[in-house]
Amino acid sequence: MTTDSATPTRPIPIVDTITARFWKAASEGRLELPRCNACDRVHYYPRAICPHCGSEDLTWEQLSGRGAIYSWTVSRRPPGAGFKALVPYVVALIDLEEGPRMLSNVRTDDLDSIAIGMAVTVDFEALAGDISLPIFRPA
Amino acid sequence: MTRDVVIAGIAEAGLDKGVFAEPVSVLDIQAQCASRAVADAGLQMADVDGLLTAGLWAVPGAGTLMPLSVVEHLGIKPRFVDGTNIGGSAFDAHVAHAAMAIEKGYCDVAVITYASDQRSASGRNLAGKPPELNMQFDSPFGLLTPIGSYALAAQRHMHEYGTTSEQLAEIAVAARRWAQLNPAATKRDDLSIDDVLSSSMISDPLHKLDACLVTDGGGAVVVTTPEKLGAAARKRAVYVRGYGESVSHWTINSMPDLTTTPAAKSGPVAMQMAGVTHADLDVVQIYDSFTITVLLTLEALGFCKPGEGGAFVENGRIAPGGAFPMNTSGGGLSCSHPGMYGMFLLFEAVRQLRGDAGERQLEKATTALVNGTGGGLSSTATVVMSNR
Repeated sequence: MTTDSATPTRPIPIVDTITARFWKAASEGRLELPRCNACDRVHYYPRAICPHCGSEDLTWEQLSGRGAIYSWTVSRRPPGAGFKALVPYVVALIDLEEGPRMLSNVRTDDLDSIAIGMAVTVDFEALAGDISLPIFRPA
Repeated sequence: MTRDVVIAGIAEAGLDKGVFAEPVSVLDIQAQCASRAVADAGLQMADVDGLLTAGLWAVPGAGTLMPLSVVEHLGIKPRFVDGTNIGGSAFDAHVAHAAMAIEKGYCDVAVITYASDQRSASGRNLAGKPPELNMQFDSPFGLLTPIGSYALAAQRHMHEYGTTSEQLAEIAVAARRWAQLNPAATKRDDLSIDDVLSSSMISDPLHKLDACLVTDGGGAVVVTTPEKLGAAARKRAVYVRGYGESVSHWTINSMPDLTTTPAAKSGPVAMQMAGVTHADLDVVQIYDSFTITVLLTLEALGFCKPGEGGAFVENGRIAPGGAFPMNTSGGGLSCSHPGMYGMFLLFEAVRQLRGDAGERQLEKATTALVNGTGGGLSSTATVVMSNR
């Protein structure tokens, strides 16, 4: 998708100190998330403590980008002007191979092919500025 | 120190075709309803020493510190205030919070208020959440709010258990049939399963008619202790017997299991506190923002097993004349839904327990359960009450 200032786009994430690494990695084509050194679980979305055990001892790592659809829906109406050109589109919860679940989109020309359990892989959609959105496509 | 706690007064703002019959501001709706609910309890506004409120109006602005604006507008000086906002279940949680304050003698007469002019002001804009903080991982992906979260849950429930769109439609049809017995309900024309299934798809698998109405609405509830009441009000008082609440997330990304709502926790807590079993419940009012909300909540509360909600609601079971009467006002699906519906569950439960429900009055109405759900299946609050 190309963007220019005259065309409304998806909301652009407002990055903060902790999430900056996630968005920088995404802009470079990588999916990175923190893994907890106390309980060994990867969490999404990134935050200052592990939401599973409360530890602050976290290490960022690159993920495979592979996952499977846990559930999905199709937005038939745009939730804002920036989505008008995109409807209908798939919004899905993706269970990543490394454990965490992620709300994202699955890009497809065939809505009927989308199903729970479908293998998907990460892709990146460039938005304005330095932001790229991690979205998915059928693997 | 512990005291009995009762709901002693209710007042609901009148609607005409889904908008306020008397078009005053959201603060004035709350002031009018507070005054009328206090009168319904046989009390004076000067008796009110507790105020609980939640809403979505005037943020930023007068609604930012919402309890302060309501206190000021009501002209009261409470010693107990609660602005807990956990979505539509907030007012059911407020009953619990007021009960705890009253049980301990922290306050004596608490008023819970709500108003929304979302229909008349076209002010409903739940989708406009700035993509900051946790929303930077939600808003950019274009999930419709709030229906998208419920659609993801419905899709998952269908996958795991074979639940069908026809079964979900039964819930909307039953609500409409109850609404046809309620002269105050907004939607009273006939509705069939086919009508629901042929309404436009909004967020698969949920159709337009799987979703609640968008109306204005407001009201007030008086929670107090019987010793504050005169004989007449005491006779009409409804006892708060048990309460529970549970919150697990805001964005649907963080919901642990999309087919189990927090009611699986809040329900048993409330029922155990009240010392009741499912068989003791005559009146059940369950938040129906969407048809799937009802189905998931019936399972979470243990009225049926996980996965059996679809079969449970089939064949008119929850409609008038069915074996499991529920949402007897017509609910959020057909009576009214002003964005946050939890207080309206309380109104209908109290009406049934007082014997004030007119043509839809249940023959036996002694013990009621109310379950509010807020956010995207994010929070629940359960209240068990009885008329003796």
